[in-house]
Amino acid sequence: MTTTTFKLEEVSCPSCVKNIEKATGRLEGVSKTKVLFNSGKVKTTYDEQKLDPNVIEDTINKLGYQVVSYH
Amino acid sequence: MSKQQKQYIVISSALLIAVALLFIHLGISGFGSDVLMTAAAGVAGYPIAKKAYMTLRMRVLGIESLVTVAVFGALAIGEFWEAAAVTFLFVFGSWLEARALEKTRSSLKSLLDLQPQTASVLRDGEEVERSPDQVNIGEIVRVRPGEKIPVDGVIQKGRASVNQAAITGESIPVGKDIGDEVFSGTILESGYLELEARKVGEDTTFSHILELVEEAQDEKARTQQFLEKFSRYYTPGIMITALVVFLITFDVRLSLTLLVIACPGALVISAPVSIVSGIGNGARNGVLIKGGEILEQAGKVGTIAFDKTGTLTRGEPSVTGIKTFGMPKEQLLYLAGRAEAQSEHHLGKAVVHHVRKVTGQSPEPADAFNHLPGLGLSAEVDGQMLHIGNCRLMEEEEIAIPGEIETYLHQEEEQGKTPILVAVSRQIQGVISIADRLRNDARELIKQLYSEGFSVVMLTGDNARTAASIAHALGIDEYYAELLPADKVDAIRRLQFDGQTVAMVGDGVNDAPALATADLGIAMGGAGTDAAMETADIVLMADQLSKVSYSLGISKATVRNMKQNIYFAVAVVLLLILGVLTGNVFLAGGMMVHEASVLLVIINAIRLLGYGSEKPSRQPLFHHKKQVEAYGT
Repeated sequence: MTTTTFKLEEVSCPSCVKNIEKATGRLEGVSKTKVLFNSGKVKTTYDEQKLDPNVIEDTINKLGYQVVSYH
Repeated sequence: MSKQQKQYIVISSALLIAVALLFIHLGISGFGSDVLMTAAAGVAGYPIAKKAYMTLRMRVLGIESLVTVAVFGALAIGEFWEAAAVTFLFVFGSWLEARALEKTRSSLKSLLDLQPQTASVLRDGEEVERSPDQVNIGEIVRVRPGEKIPVDGVIQKGRASVNQAAITGESIPVGKDIGDEVFSGTILESGYLELEARKVGEDTTFSHILELVEEAQDEKARTQQFLEKFSRYYTPGIMITALVVFLITFDVRLSLTLLVIACPGALVISAPVSIVSGIGNGARNGVLIKGGEILEQAGKVGTIAFDKTGTLTRGEPSVTGIKTFGMPKEQLLYLAGRAEAQSEHHLGKAVVHHVRKVTGQSPEPADAFNHLPGLGLSAEVDGQMLHIGNCRLMEEEEIAIPGEIETYLHQEEEQGKTPILVAVSRQIQGVISIADRLRNDARELIKQLYSEGFSVVMLTGDNARTAASIAHALGIDEYYAELLPADKVDAIRRLQFDGQTVAMVGDGVNDAPALATADLGIAMGGAGTDAAMETADIVLMADQLSKVSYSLGISKATVRNMKQNIYFAVAVVLLLILGVLTGNVFLAGGMMVHEASVLLVIINAIRLLGYGSEKPSRQPLFHHKKQVEAYGT
């Protein structure tokens, strides 16, 4: 299990929180995902054997939220 | 989508709607206004539909998809006004919310902006511009007026007045001289400095503050657990209700309205916006509060325990008198100085400092040295055995204290001084009196805390008479004296056992265990001491006692604000659902109330940003008055 934090451009709508949590939470291998509303970050814990962080980044990007960086 | 684009969309759809309304008002053409309304719905609806498509592609059914379906439905049955109003309100609402949210986050953002961007480093005798994190430890950095100090360092050359607001929240410049420590992020107002870099990049105090605040702003409060529980039942509950409504009435529109209106926008952000505003206000005032739960805990505090030395007093004890009983003064001072030379204790350091002042040089270390926590020390100097410490040390060592000396001790103690006994070859030869000055704002703070209904307790390792004298000078009713470090933990536990929520205020270095034991640990003068910043729940960056009252006040205000937001958001959502089900609320009206509630929650949180700045005469922040019981030890 590993945790990666994705920094987004800015999260400014309440519905964004729900959308991102739903979409990333459904990815295979993700055990926990949390949107940090104030700092504009997504913190995801997942099984690194099953899932590449690029896939999570891609998912968030495709939802229409730009990932600036992740670590 | 950029802010600019959003703004254009809001303005153009508003204009289209306005013209359409004008048409209707003038009775010109029903068809014309319908076209305009549809155009408005198209302009405002496009970003919504786009987002709906994006989320649906990722198999997420968000509010955007629901709104899109509802708008198409409205257009299909000729409700052009409804379609235009709903899309406009949605886009306008989110635009307003984004702007308002920016405000709640502004304090923290302005803190980030204080981050230094460049450093002038001396390399091979030449000055070069580098990014602050590329400076190496030990390198010399030059800082000129108006520039930000790029690293934590010690002044080698020059003198300056420095604005340390980034660290301490205090914007009155402080004078800095050779040998003084300066922090990254602070601003050199006048003068010139050359400093040796001690901490760079992510290791600087300023970076630590930023990191802590970054984490703190999303640290959940316990109250939010209620919300999480609520939404666990709420969301499926709404789905089922919408389905049941559809099965009974076969009214797609009603079900859809219910789904759109019931999206808990205000609920999702109610707590986070309050927390970010409260913590932001704190950070701006040099107070680091580590998250939502800490805010709640601080709101519950009834008893505040203060460590005496370094907290209520300045922590800079100095020798005020030396009395000898036989031995010449110089001899006594020589022996005591050598014995204390290696001491880390603040009293020992005061003795060494005094010796250095009198003789002009630092005393040589003792031949043997043994530190006895809570008692003093034993040492060997020039073949003589020395015991230096309090009465307890002499009792344990079975060194007799003559009655004459005992009377003298009592006199000194009653004046708030700490006398330490010096025994040479098991014979008491003298007494060195040491005193620490009270902080200027200590008395004022204690008075204020009492008036706000808190119990105040002083903890000290000092003897009972000195403690009594200082407690009396400060107006503190309750104190515990002669405490060893472990006893402070016990004292806190005892207070907690009485059912009180206890805050402990200390410097975070010597009293870390007590800070950790207390329900709320407040460390003072946190700038520069990493340990204090890590252990404490609240860190007062400035060495300013009055911030204790402020930090409890802002915490309480933030918790209250958060609760207002949560209750308000829940009430609005329930009323809206009731309104939809009883046929009193329709899509456009519901959307308006929904967006307005989100905005109100944010505006309520913004109020917190003004906390502590608009009231010159401080009113009591706390309403509960508790009887203060007076007893001493």
